[in-house]
Amino acid sequence: MNEELKTILLDTLKSTFGNDIVAVDAPYDFTTITVKKDKLVDIISHLYNHEKLQFQFLTDLTASHYPDDKEQLEVVYHLHSLVNNIRVRIKARLSIGTPEIATLTGVFAGANWMERETFDNLGVIFKGHPNLKRILNVDDMLIHPLRKEYPLEDQVRLDKNDTMFGR
Amino acid sequence: MSTIKTAESPNGIEGPGFFATSLDAAVGLARKNSLWPLPFATSCCGIEFMATMASTYDLGRFGAERLSFSPRQADLLMVMGTISKKMGPVLRQVYEQMAEPKWVLSMGACASTGGIFDTYSVLQGIDRIIPVDVYIPGCPPRPEQVLDGILKIQELVQSESIRRRDTPEYKAMLQEYGME
Repeated sequence: MNEELKTILLDTLKSTFGNDIVAVDAPYDFTTITVKKDKLVDIISHLYNHEKLQFQFLTDLTASHYPDDKEQLEVVYHLHSLVNNIRVRIKARLSIGTPEIATLTGVFAGANWMERETFDNLGVIFKGHPNLKRILNVDDMLIHPLRKEYPLEDQVRLDKNDTMFGR
Repeated sequence: MSTIKTAESPNGIEGPGFFATSLDAAVGLARKNSLWPLPFATSCCGIEFMATMASTYDLGRFGAERLSFSPRQADLLMVMGTISKKMGPVLRQVYEQMAEPKWVLSMGACASTGGIFDTYSVLQGIDRIIPVDVYIPGCPPRPEQVLDGILKIQELVQSESIRRRDTPEYKAMLQEYGME
């Protein structure tokens, strides 16, 4: 990322949300900021409205499950500033017991379906979402299939067993 | 001298000005050579089916030229491609809308067993929701295999008694799938 813009980005975050920034990193030169989940929407709308930065495009919104960590779920937001052509990744950690975070639909209308997909596959509950129900999987599915505690393979197949496949 | 081959006539008694055979045989002959398939193509098997319909392989040679895109007019449901669990009820509704007699052909590994997609979102074979008459193996099968599958369907169609759909066995089979 452009060094000047990166300095502006980090300075504005530190001066406005100093205590809510957990970590700043740049893997593969992609600025990644981990924040506290309570301030996430404030931080993203601050970046949206910032006079110089203008992060006004939500490229992606998803989550990952890290079963060995204390706070197992990590929600990831990719923002793009079309004016400056720079990107930033914002992350927040949630505990698996209360996987709740505020919805981003107030800032980006396009977050609606992405949040539904993240809820569907990983069970993240976006508080305040207008229509938080499954979008990709069948409605009567009982699990959130991308969480690591659930097996990837369908459990109904009888033709696969260890004697034949050596697994 | 014409090279056009006509279908062989069934066994019967022939004389000057008349031909007597069983109704089963006559109806079977007519049905066999005028199948209206409904292509339910969802992925790469559907592409292979397009080749089967085109001039090189030409499914029209077997009387199945006219594809029906309405289940209400179709005799043969050809399921070609991966069927996700979410599409399962749709496929079932299409099958239920078809009028009797109806046949189902499951083309390729995905439609028959789920194939490589052994995963939470994919139906592990369409025979979990609708009865299937002929399975075509392959990933995807070659057009020759599709033609072979159609010929197998034709054998079933020709030899089927016109009362088969009224038998208790057939009704019991439908009951297993929760259909009337």
